[in-house]
Amino acid sequence: MIYAGRADALRGPLMSASPTDAVPPGSVPPPRESTQPQPGLWDLFVGFLSVAVVAFGGVLPIARRAVVERYRWVSAEEFTELVGLAQFLPGPNIVNLSVVIGGRFRGPAGALAAVLGLTLVPMAIVIGLGVLFARYADIAGVADTLAGLAAAAAGLVIATAARMAEPLWKRPRPEPIAIAAAAFLAIAVAGWPLLPVMLTLAPVSLALFWWRLT
Amino acid sequence: MKTDPIGALAAHFLTVSLLAVGGANAVLPEMHRQVVEQAGWMTDAQFSQTFAIAQAAPGPNVMVVTLIGWHVAGLVGALVATAAMCAPTCVLAYLVGGVWHRFRAARWRRVMQAALVPMTIGLIAASGVVLAQGAARGPGTLALTMASAAVLFFTRLSPLWVLAAGAALGALRLI
Repeated sequence: MIYAGRADALRGPLMSASPTDAVPPGSVPPPRESTQPQPGLWDLFVGFLSVAVVAFGGVLPIARRAVVERYRWVSAEEFTELVGLAQFLPGPNIVNLSVVIGGRFRGPAGALAAVLGLTLVPMAIVIGLGVLFARYADIAGVADTLAGLAAAAAGLVIATAARMAEPLWKRPRPEPIAIAAAAFLAIAVAGWPLLPVMLTLAPVSLALFWWRLT
Repeated sequence: MKTDPIGALAAHFLTVSLLAVGGANAVLPEMHRQVVEQAGWMTDAQFSQTFAIAQAAPGPNVMVVTLIGWHVAGLVGALVATAAMCAPTCVLAYLVGGVWHRFRAARWRRVMQAALVPMTIGLIAASGVVLAQGAARGPGTLALTMASAAVLFFTRLSPLWVLAAGAALGALRLI
């Protein structure tokens, strides 16, 4: 039970001060203020649901507003830290973020409640949209609408990559530019499978950054 | 491969999940490679449109996986694909989330975080190109993709407006 320590520590200074309830050293979470809210499973579900249904093309800023400013589940510093973790881990970033926040408060059940809150309603909406577009796909106007939508959505992804790449050309250094270019060429131009590309590039990138940052 | 789409969907997205270091949008070319080129579940254009519908709907980026699963094998396909994409990394996130803070100052943590960024940038840029190729029907759609990228890069306009504008231009047959 990784998160048991956190739950005990939140109950109050008396309990966590007693030796039998001592949290194992090393797994001590960052200190929190006593006014910190303690969301239940339903709160976590509804909280992430409220993030998901208003999140168009970029969940992170909306999630930040909700969990830091509205619900005050985590501090701004913790949020930045957790985003770093979510981006570092494989898998959908925002889903990872909800797992960590949900798990922090309510263990596995909290993680599940947060993930379901984030995904259930969007799944229903996206399938509903898919059904609609598929049913009327034969109508020329619908096909043309979809073509325009798809072209604009591709631009959205290109803009995301360009935004992320800004630090690369504002403070240009050869190593990160070479890694980014190699990943792009291997996938977009050569069309190679992702697994061998990552198994090659990740160690190279790690070695370069290890040498640079240490 | 077409005999058991559910099993193939699960196997595919379990793999993709663990490769999705830059999030769902970084693995779109890999999804495209398997879903369009190898399994033949949808066409190039359908793939780009599926992504577009998922973007136009609210929710996390991973919804594109739900929609691919639905396209291939209905509701069961949608649920299986989404679960396969989320479950392994959710377990990983849960486990690592408990100890992550302990390594706040660790050198390897900073190195790994920094090293993954340029790779992610390259992969997401590749996703953009793969989607643009699938969406391209001629000079009009290509121009729309570039205009959309420029607007979203240089302004703080909500992506939803750009998607709506693209859909409207398409509906009016202006592209």
